[in-house]
Amino acid sequence: MIAASPVHDAILDAARAEGRKSAALVLAVAAACVVALWFAGFFDAERFAEGLPALGQLFGEMIPPDFSRWQAWLRPLADTFAMSVAGTALAVLLSLPLALLAARNTAPHPALYHAARTVLSFLRSVPELIMGIVFVAAVGFGALPGVLALALHSVGMVGKFYAEAIEHAEEKPLEAARAAGATRAQVVTHAVLPQVVPQLADITIYRWEYHFRASTVLGIVGAGGIGFELIAALRLIKYDQVSAILLTILACVLVVDAIGAWLRSKLK
Amino acid sequence: MIEVREVEVEYPGGVRALAPASLKFEPGAFTVLLGASGAGKSTLLRCLNGLVRPTAGAVLGPDGSDLLAPRALRAHRRATGMIFQQHQLIGRLSVLDNVLTGRLGFHGALRTLLPYSLAERRLALAAIERVGLIDMALRRADRLSGGQQQRVGIARALVQSPRLILADEPVASLDPKSAERVLELLHRICKHDGLSAIVSLHQLDFARRFADRIVALAGGKVVFDGPPAALGAREVERIYGGGALRAPGAALDTPSELENVA
Repeated sequence: MIAASPVHDAILDAARAEGRKSAALVLAVAAACVVALWFAGFFDAERFAEGLPALGQLFGEMIPPDFSRWQAWLRPLADTFAMSVAGTALAVLLSLPLALLAARNTAPHPALYHAARTVLSFLRSVPELIMGIVFVAAVGFGALPGVLALALHSVGMVGKFYAEAIEHAEEKPLEAARAAGATRAQVVTHAVLPQVVPQLADITIYRWEYHFRASTVLGIVGAGGIGFELIAALRLIKYDQVSAILLTILACVLVVDAIGAWLRSKLK
Repeated sequence: MIEVREVEVEYPGGVRALAPASLKFEPGAFTVLLGASGAGKSTLLRCLNGLVRPTAGAVLGPDGSDLLAPRALRAHRRATGMIFQQHQLIGRLSVLDNVLTGRLGFHGALRTLLPYSLAERRLALAAIERVGLIDMALRRADRLSGGQQQRVGIARALVQSPRLILADEPVASLDPKSAERVLELLHRICKHDGLSAIVSLHQLDFARRFADRIVALAGGKVVFDGPPAALGAREVERIYGGGALRAPGAALDTPSELENVA
């Protein structure tokens, strides 16, 4: 047994005080979460009691799923797939230069850094559904407005994540590159990017997976793809077709996730 | 104390890190594993607590039981403190919290989600005091110098109240002055508490000064085993080898070759 010592007790007291501080913070966050749930009506038992049977009925109408129109979904599925790939490609092309400006360690000037950050925040804050509506109005129905909406909204997200990955690059190899006489651009291409390529690839693949799911939602505003079929079936109250389309989308998402996981393992 | 019998390690891809080796470590002895980098010191050391699984052979306790058997391993690791070359601390945690991770082997997973007992925290502070860092107990570990971080590593091993200390190149990332101080501290504590220590080093002078016994490795084989006094020039030649200088890659280090490139 270790004897008590005043010095040790003082340290333990200080440690306890720090522990209490972080415990208070955790409690405050937890309380805020409970308040938010209450505010949203989550603790209203009556609404749940009424809502559950309705949900059950809806669910009953979805079974069995009706796959009879599967041939009509092939083309929209291909559209959705193409939209997700094209949207990701455009997003990456626009994100990379913006991210280099929006990362503290690669930004050539503080003013550009802040400007790039602002652009990214702005793009992030416009929901893709709104962008979809705007682009449908501008270029008409089809996959093209979907691609533009996905890409532009994603630039805000992807650019921010890219910038963060770039900021986490180790400083030491950059110093070595500078010492060898590398220019600013060379430091970026030969010391920063080689370090962060796996992270950038990770972000990109994740975003592609997300685009596949998001592009189904964009069908709602007429931006093509399988989402358009989904909305059509919903409007016609054909819930058995809705469930069939949802299952089809689920299967495609699983395939896309599997491809993403495989790509990731190749890029480590 | 602990014995390795015909222990052999072959890494995937057929790289043989350790040729079959049999060694017996006596209680209370300060043993230095000496050798160039890549000689197999780390591998042998990690076999002793099962961080590396021997592909053949066994690690045995004083009663001849298999220490790496699934049921014995946790108790064995609990009684064995390990010190690492890169400290292996969690930088954003305080010195105290880092040292307390040395107590993980004593509790189940659920118990350690709750705060450690007062007795354990006192034990941790006592260990921190022994390594001379009591004034920094609540400081983040990554704010400390390399030598101080390695002392935290020692305190984390001590808080286990171990019978055996394994140290893998504990001073290789330190400057000569702090290296000497850290090693002196480790040696003094082990001798005072009567702990057995197995410490890998690549510096010959440190090995001569602190070791009761030197086990030297080269190319995964034990090439010397005896008291420091028996380690003569010929043995040293065998450990670091005239051959080491002629090893592949070493040739390019000559100035003339580099000038040719330029």
